[in-house]
Amino acid sequence: MANTPRFYDEMFGTGDGPRAPYRDYDAWFSGEEVNNLRRKSMQAEALFRLTGITFNVYGMGEETERLIPFDIVPRIITAKEWSTLERGIDQRVRAINSFLHDIYHRQEIIRAGRVPAEMIARNDAFLPQMIGVAPPGNIYTHIVGTDLVRTGENDFYVLEDNARTPSGVSYMLENRETMLHMFPELFSQVKVRRVSQYPRSLRRSLAACQPPACSDYPTVAVLTPGIHNSAYYEHAFLADQMGVELVEGADLRVVDGRVAMRTTRGYTPIDVLYRRVDDDFLDPMNFNADSMLGVPGILDVYRAGGITIANAPGTGIADDKAIYSYMPEIVEFYTGEKAILKNVPTYRCSEPEALKYVLDNLAELVVKEVHGSGGYGMLVGPAASKKEIAGFRAKLMAKPGNYIAQPTLSLSTVPILTKAGLAPRHVDLRPFALASPKGVEIIPGGLTRVALKKGSLVVNSSQGGGTKDTWVLED
Amino acid sequence: MLGKTAGGVFWLMRYMERTENMARMIDAGLRISLTRSSAAESEWTSILNANGLLAAYLDKHQEVEGAKVINFLLRDRANPSSVMSAVEAARTNARLVRTALTREVWEAVNECWMELCALLDRPAKAQDLPAILQIIRQRSAYVRGSLAGTMVRNDVYDFARIGTFFERADNAARVLDVKYYILLPSIMHVGSASDNVQWETILRATSSARAYQTLHEGEYDPRMIAQFLILDKRLPRSLAFCYRKISDNLDYVAKDYGDRRPCHGLVEQICHRFETMTIDKIFEYGLHEFVTEFLADSQALGRQIEQDYRFYE
Amino acid sequence: MQLKISHTTSYHYDAPVPYALQQLRLRPKSRPDQIVRSWEVKIDGGQRQVSFEDEHANTVELISFDPGVSEITVHCAGEVHVTDTAGVIGKHTGFVPLWLFERSTSLTAIGPQVRSLVAGFDKPAEPLDQLHALSAHVLEMVPYSTDQTSSELSAEQVLSARHGVCQDHAHVFIAAARWLGFPARYVSGYLMMNDRVDQDASHAWAEAYVAGLGWVGFDISNAMSPDARYVRVATGLDYLGAAPISGMRYGKGAENMLVKLQVEQQ
Repeated sequence: MANTPRFYDEMFGTGDGPRAPYRDYDAWFSGEEVNNLRRKSMQAEALFRLTGITFNVYGMGEETERLIPFDIVPRIITAKEWSTLERGIDQRVRAINSFLHDIYHRQEIIRAGRVPAEMIARNDAFLPQMIGVAPPGNIYTHIVGTDLVRTGENDFYVLEDNARTPSGVSYMLENRETMLHMFPELFSQVKVRRVSQYPRSLRRSLAACQPPACSDYPTVAVLTPGIHNSAYYEHAFLADQMGVELVEGADLRVVDGRVAMRTTRGYTPIDVLYRRVDDDFLDPMNFNADSMLGVPGILDVYRAGGITIANAPGTGIADDKAIYSYMPEIVEFYTGEKAILKNVPTYRCSEPEALKYVLDNLAELVVKEVHGSGGYGMLVGPAASKKEIAGFRAKLMAKPGNYIAQPTLSLSTVPILTKAGLAPRHVDLRPFALASPKGVEIIPGGLTRVALKKGSLVVNSSQGGGTKDTWVLED
Repeated sequence: MLGKTAGGVFWLMRYMERTENMARMIDAGLRISLTRSSAAESEWTSILNANGLLAAYLDKHQEVEGAKVINFLLRDRANPSSVMSAVEAARTNARLVRTALTREVWEAVNECWMELCALLDRPAKAQDLPAILQIIRQRSAYVRGSLAGTMVRNDVYDFARIGTFFERADNAARVLDVKYYILLPSIMHVGSASDNVQWETILRATSSARAYQTLHEGEYDPRMIAQFLILDKRLPRSLAFCYRKISDNLDYVAKDYGDRRPCHGLVEQICHRFETMTIDKIFEYGLHEFVTEFLADSQALGRQIEQDYRFYE
Repeated sequence: MQLKISHTTSYHYDAPVPYALQQLRLRPKSRPDQIVRSWEVKIDGGQRQVSFEDEHANTVELISFDPGVSEITVHCAGEVHVTDTAGVIGKHTGFVPLWLFERSTSLTAIGPQVRSLVAGFDKPAEPLDQLHALSAHVLEMVPYSTDQTSSELSAEQVLSARHGVCQDHAHVFIAAARWLGFPARYVSGYLMMNDRVDQDASHAWAEAYVAGLGWVGFDISNAMSPDARYVRVATGLDYLGAAPISGMRYGKGAENMLVKLQVEQQ
């Protein structure tokens, strides 16, 4: 082991020249001036600013708009690798939808003893109001963003199943647009599968889940919390690209048994609402009464079959970090097949033995809050100071059930362009899957997030991560 | 189209127009203060007045002083009518209705905002002012141009146009309201240099000086200036012109939707007044009264449009 | 027993209401021991928007106020035939797992007061006896009294106040039963009173799940299990989940509620 690099590099593999999928790119790259490329990269940034692809950051009093840094070196995936990922994600998305239907109906998986009842019973993500509700086509999670990491030539792991309201797809699309704009010649040398069909696929997939009350071609709309939301750009982008209205709670009302939007001509019913508002804020009459973002009564209309909400309320029970550890069982239970994609081994700190192991090995592990997101509230053992570890130990011992732990993964690296040329940085990958009664469609590509700081394993944009264009090669 | 969107494009274009008008007013004030420093203070005072900002200004500053007024009108975010506040509000509305705009229009607005953020990051130096004011006017024209060049001619476009002309007429009327006394026959001193300058300011502030020169062969005559700004349908900033446009655009919406709403009656009444009025009748009636009533009618129309097309719940 | 019920709830507002919605859980369900012969719900001043069955099999109706009304009336009337089963409802049905009824809600949260209440009475070995003893103990600790200012008190608050109405009794009982390990739920409904026809408010009691027996009702306020004079209308984890009428309203202004209720034998 002494001479092999600690991390798998997707471009250079073990070090003897570029790996096959990167060869054409490498040939092109060698012919380019680094300074010239860096200038282009700055142009890309200006383009992003102009387009308004920003996210809002809070804190320090004032709200500011920031860019997610974009790196111009693509992340390349072969057709063969993709085909495995595709099958694996498809299987997982089908299993998650079956799991959600089951968990809100007979709970066969609990009866069968494959998932303990406490995992659901003590979980805030389980929404009793969804019990017995069968959404159109039995699709609960219409849009899934599966977070994957790679540790070796053939080793992909699922890190998280984002089944609530995964974001980032606008970056997948805009990153590609930017690359096409800057390096058109590259795309004639390397055959990359396109991703631009996503908005149309999304609309088609949403329309296929029309509610019983819809008798005509379904009216789709995107619900946003508003311009101050960090992902507002994406909401507007998707509505615009799909050619549908972008609405806020204040635009909507219950009219004639439907949820309708206020137009200049009166109220028009919505059939399918792609909502980017969290469950808790979706309906002040049924959930958080203080919410100003939601639509009072929308859940009632939903339960009466008057509207499709995508993703359905209560899908959080499937992407919870504690449930995650049962995903191999869940996949097997509903599909009858072994899970194609591996889970990261997970220690549930609610279990005394696991807790003991975790406490003994804090410096080696990544500990995450069960309900946390965005890379907050987690401990990356190998990168943490003694003091941080001690502080975390106290938190962990106070509420072990709130945490899970995983071995620190040796995330693969892909080079980014720095002043000194190419330099490896850790990446993850979030492909996007669309589920409808017609099946699961996975867009060949995704959001590659990259930790821009040397050695850092945290790729979250809120923590200084950047993005890359993700290329899935044609056969 | 969402009611919110109609309101959003209406306000987007109102704020863009306001940005530009403010730049023109500052330009007019600047010119006077450069050429006639004795008149400067009263000019700045009336510019503040025309925008209903004198009280707000005096809350912050002891005296009316050119550089401070310019800063207040250009950069002060606490002043809701400053160029910076207006362009910020325009962009917020554009973000709100992003899906109703073409990429070109959105980018024109966003670029305008980005450039002004950078330009107005710190107080403008006197020598940079003319260039800055010119950029503001150009950026605003660029937004209007993208709108005209790329937007589908539907209700979104109609409401955008209504917003532009509504703000423009409002602005012209306010300038007239503050300056009406110098146009009155009673204090007419034909050929007096002081009044020439005052009249010129009015024309500059409404960006009509050049047009007036062309159409009236350079003779400054207060009656004709009033006639020009209120009734001349050739001037794209006259009240009559703006209201003709508002009326046309409301008619397009009515045609599109197949129904007329109360606002159509209101705009017809206002237009009818312009059709039947002559400048002599206006002076007989009282220029001040005429402008005051116009502002009230225009506000009522704004509220009616807002209600008829459900801008808000 | 054949019961005839007429239940009118009127809301009056001192300013016109621009927009408001209400959820009604006002339709009793037919079951072997409770046959609904007729039932209608009429709304003055509002429109029925949708109707659906919630997770507890309650029929929920969503109504909206007509724009600008300052009064709305919900009137229910019907006839229900009830058979006495000594409070036993029987086996658990539906998709809601039993463990859900062990979940605390904000109104039934278990705190020091509930724990000390549970610690403070002799517990017979038989579960059913234990629950009856609990019911009696709750009434003893929280005597019935209508001089209450707030309508939605939590079990802990009720135990501090040391008096309450049927809703409060039910909440304390539910919290305590759950603490003892019994799934428990809230029931809203009607009670025919022997000494009068006109009543001020509808009734509420609790049900607990006893292995082998199933759901059993406990009317804590009246120290008995429901009989043929009780009509079950809705159930939930607490009052909020079973409330006959709940809602939300835009606009300011005070609300005045008036209930007219008649329950009589036929």
